[in-house]
Parts: sequence; C-alpha cells; structure tokens
Amino acid sequence: MKRALMSSFITTFVRPAFARGYIRVVGASRIMVDVISESTLPVLNLAAYVFTYRFLGAPAEYIGFVIVGGAALSFWMNVVWNMASQLYWEKESGNLEPIFISPASRMAILLGMAVGGFVNTTIRVTLTLVIGVAVFGVGFDPSGMSVALPIFLLTLVDLYSVGMMFSSLYLMYGREAWHLSALLSEPFMFLSGLYFPARFFPFWLQLIASAIPLTLGMDAVRRIFFNDPGLWELGAEVVALVVMAPVLVFIARRLLAKMEDLSKREGRLTLRWQ
Amino acid sequence: MAAESVRTEDLVRTFKTTRGELKALDEVSVNVKPGEIFGVLGPNGAGKTTLIKILCTLLFPTSGKAFVQGYDVVTEAQKIREVINMASGGETPGYGLLSVEENLWFFSQLYGIPNDEAEKRIGELVEMVGLSDKADERMNRLSSGMKQKLNLARALVNDPMVLFLDEPTLGLDVLASHQVRSYVRGWVDSNRDKTVLLTTHYMAEAEELCDRIAIVNEGKVAACGSLEELRAMVSKGVHFIIEVSYLGGKKYEVESIPGVKGASVTHSQEAGKSLVKLALDSESAIPDVISHLSSLGSKIIMLQKSEPTLETVFIDLVGRGIE
Repeated sequence: MKRALMSSFITTFVRPAFARGYIRVVGASRIMVDVISESTLPVLNLAAYVFTYRFLGAPAEYIGFVIVGGAALSFWMNVVWNMASQLYWEKESGNLEPIFISPASRMAILLGMAVGGFVNTTIRVTLTLVIGVAVFGVGFDPSGMSVALPIFLLTLVDLYSVGMMFSSLYLMYGREAWHLSALLSEPFMFLSGLYFPARFFPFWLQLIASAIPLTLGMDAVRRIFFNDPGLWELGAEVVALVVMAPVLVFIARRLLAKMEDLSKREGRLTLRWQ
Repeated sequence: MAAESVRTEDLVRTFKTTRGELKALDEVSVNVKPGEIFGVLGPNGAGKTTLIKILCTLLFPTSGKAFVQGYDVVTEAQKIREVINMASGGETPGYGLLSVEENLWFFSQLYGIPNDEAEKRIGELVEMVGLSDKADERMNRLSSGMKQKLNLARALVNDPMVLFLDEPTLGLDVLASHQVRSYVRGWVDSNRDKTVLLTTHYMAEAEELCDRIAIVNEGKVAACGSLEELRAMVSKGVHFIIEVSYLGGKKYEVESIPGVKGASVTHSQEAGKSLVKLALDSESAIPDVISHLSSLGSKIIMLQKSEPTLETVFIDLVGRGIE
C-alpha cells in the first residue's frame, strides 16, 4: 500500500514537477540576450536609488538596502508577472490541454513552474548582485549569511506560493487577471519597503505591510546584514514566514481545484483570448 | 477490458452566450468499441470538439453521462486521464525553444514514464512519424506538417488505450494529411485493443479511416454506423451530380424544389463551373431541378446518377453539404 502510494506520488507529482521545472530553466537559458539584459538592466534601476541616497547623504547601509531590495524585487516581479500568468500562457500556446488531460498533479505543474522560475531568477539576481556590489562598493556583514540565506529562501517559498495562488486566477480569468498583476506590482513594491526600511511607516501601515511575506523577509535579511533595527523581532518574523508557507500552499491548492472546476463548468478552461 | 471504450448517454452540453443559451450537444448517445476507429463527422459548430473535450475531462457535461474505458468523465476523471490522450489539428502544443525529443520527454513525464522507457518510446515514435532526422531540431524551426506529426507523436507518448483526434489533418497539405492518416491506421492495426475517436469535417478522411461514423449536425447525431450501413440508410433515395456553368452569387435554392431531400453546391470560379450534389426522393424530381437551374441562366454541362457516397449520404441525412 505504502509502496503503491509512493510510486503514484513519483508518477503523478515528482516526475511532472521536475520536468516542468527543467524545461523552464533550459528554455529560458536558450535566449542569451534575455539572460544578459535581465541581469544587467536592473542595475540601472538600482543606480537611480543609490545616487539619490548618496545625494541626500543617507547612511552607507542604505546602499545595501537598495541592493538587497533590488534582488527581492526581481523575485517578486518573476512571481507576479511570470509565475502567476504561466497557466494563462500555457493555455494560449495550446499546452494546457495536454497538461490537463494527463494524470499529472496540477500542484506538481505549479511547483515545477515555481522552481524553474526561482532557478532562472536566482541566476539573474546573482549576476545583478555581483555587479551591484562591485560597482557600488556595498559593505555587509558576511557572518550573517548562514541565518539570512534560510530566511531569504523561506521568504521565496512564501512568495512563490502567492504566485501559485494567482496562477489559479489566471487560469479562470485570463487577461482580466493582468489587472491583478498590475495591482500587485507598484503598491506591493511600496508596502514591502523594497528600497527603504518599512519601519518608517505609521504603525497601522506596518501591520498591513507585515501581511506581505516580502516585507518580513526583507526586514529580517536587512537586520542581519546591515544591523537595521527592523519592524518586529527576528524570531516573530521567522515564525510568521514559516506559518505563511503551508497556509498559502493550502489556499493555492484549494483555489486551483476550485478554478479548474468552475472553468470546466463554464467552458473556459481551454477558451483562448479571454 | 470495458465492453465499450467510449459510451455516452443522452449527453447534453449548453453554453451561455450573449445571444442566449447555445446547445452544443443535444442528447448525444454513441458507443465506441475497442479496436475501432470511430469518426464523428460534421460541419463546423456541429459539437464535435465539445464532445471530445467532455470525453477528455476538459469540460463537464450539462446533463447525461459519458464513460471512457468504463470510467465516468465527471467522477472518475483521474482514472480516464491515465488511459487517454488527445491531439487537435491546427494546434501545436509544445515549447518552441525545446527540441522535438525534449518536448516529447516533457510530455512523457506528465505520465510519470521512467526516463529509460521514455527514451526508448520517443525513439520509436519519432521514427514512426518520420522525424528521426529532426529529433534535435527546435520545435519553432519545424514546418506545420512536422509540428502536426510531433503533435501526433506526443499524443501517443503514453501509449493510450483511447486516442482522441480532433480534426487531426486540419490545415495540412495532401501529402502530410495522408501520412498522418497512415500513422493512425498503422497504430490501430498494430494495437487491436486500442481505440481512436476522431472528429473531422473531411469526408474522404472519414471514409478512408473510420470503421464506423456518427454524422452530427447542430449537436445531434443524425445517423451512426459503418459506411455500408449509412449507405443502406439512404438506399430508398437517389443521388445525382450535376455540373453546371458558374452559379456563384446566384440564389439557387435547389433544396426548396419538391422531391429534393438535400443539396450541396460547390463553386469553382476559375473553371467557371459549379457542382450540384443532390439527394432526391426519386428521379422524378430531376426535370424540375434542371428547369430551375436553367431558369437561373446556368447551362447543364454534365448530369450523372451516383452511388451513395459518404458525402451524398450526409446531404441526404442532414439536408445540406458539410461545407
């Protein structure tokens, strides 16, 4: 019984998830122009903030804030614009039908997309960070790496779980869901404090911002690397991030099942150009 | 093995549109036996794709029942997905930046096929569809015909018990269409327990490939049977083909002549001719048809009584051509 379950799990979950992640990484790496532009162009955005802070005479740590924020922004953008809309693009390119008539777990497909997107973005972000650190001479405390890295990874797990949630909405609503991505871009960038410490927000706004995993993750990482006082206690932030992950995955799973069911009822599952 | 590979009972599917409710399927009941190539023939909008989507678990029926390999499409969808696959003509699923082999590997993984087994099967499939020399080629560099062959190979990657083909040769040239039909026939001939349900609006395709055919029109099954059985259904009537000078742009309305059960008119402006295919109750209607065509200023070039073909059977049963 146990063996059969394990075999079924490998067949319907592990292999499809790995395959979806693998092709995403391989496919993306074949357009070298994209890899280079997506790694180098964000440096210009960072430069704008760095020069502004320097002009204002802000403390040197703020440059580090910007660099870490820029890295997190790349992941957030990947989640909001790529990960979330992936099922929509699968539908438009005719791949959704073969995927959905297969026995592969839908969550496995989403996980594969998330992991693939994460790997691709990590490669680009690493290049951005290296360039950013080298060009702007950012100093940080490397001893905190062993703590900061797991927290950052935990934040990304939460972020990609958010992406899985929104994938379901794209499955149902297609292009209408673009507005959602737009909504999740600028306001969330502001609330997450990607380019400045969120502790400067009024208390009520701090509470709202703390519901976003990116805010908590950034705050914790900056506290470790740049000794920033932060929003809340580090332990509390880690606990919140740990709790968010399964909750978000659970919601994503329920939402996906619900949207698939609704799409089949309304005949929108494979309907194009919505 | 299930007694029927596919069975539907009074299947109904409606869609809400801006102009009200559209009945895409209207109490459709069909049975497809293992080892059959079963054709669903009908014009665009007849409900063929809706039927396939329901059977492939992509769409819920509004009412009625549908079973694939004995499993209910609503309550046992996961079991159905393990034993089916589908390919749609005009669709080219896959990832353009990946090679033919990589694409097939990806789709094989959706079925959890171990890598060594997948590799062997992919090798056999690319050879079968004649893409061996293109195995390493990126998909976005393939021609339309090659992409459709890849699509067919993809649909066979899990060695399905029931293969659904939705207009498999749509948009392909004559040679590529013939090749695709050959692969399908060959696959069923070498796997007698497998079943193919294909939809088409090409008469020749249905005639060449299918063991049995269901003629659908406006969501209803007008008739179902082997080609011989369908011909027998219209044996009481007579069929004529009349070649006349070009009728394009004229209101010919041959169908309204008493004794005419159905008509299909095709035009060739370049050749300056039109071809009128008629299903009649009896030969006595012919003089009225000729005089009607003459009154339109058209010259009769050729008049021929024909044996019932699938096309004339369709006209007889549906009242019009498939175009």
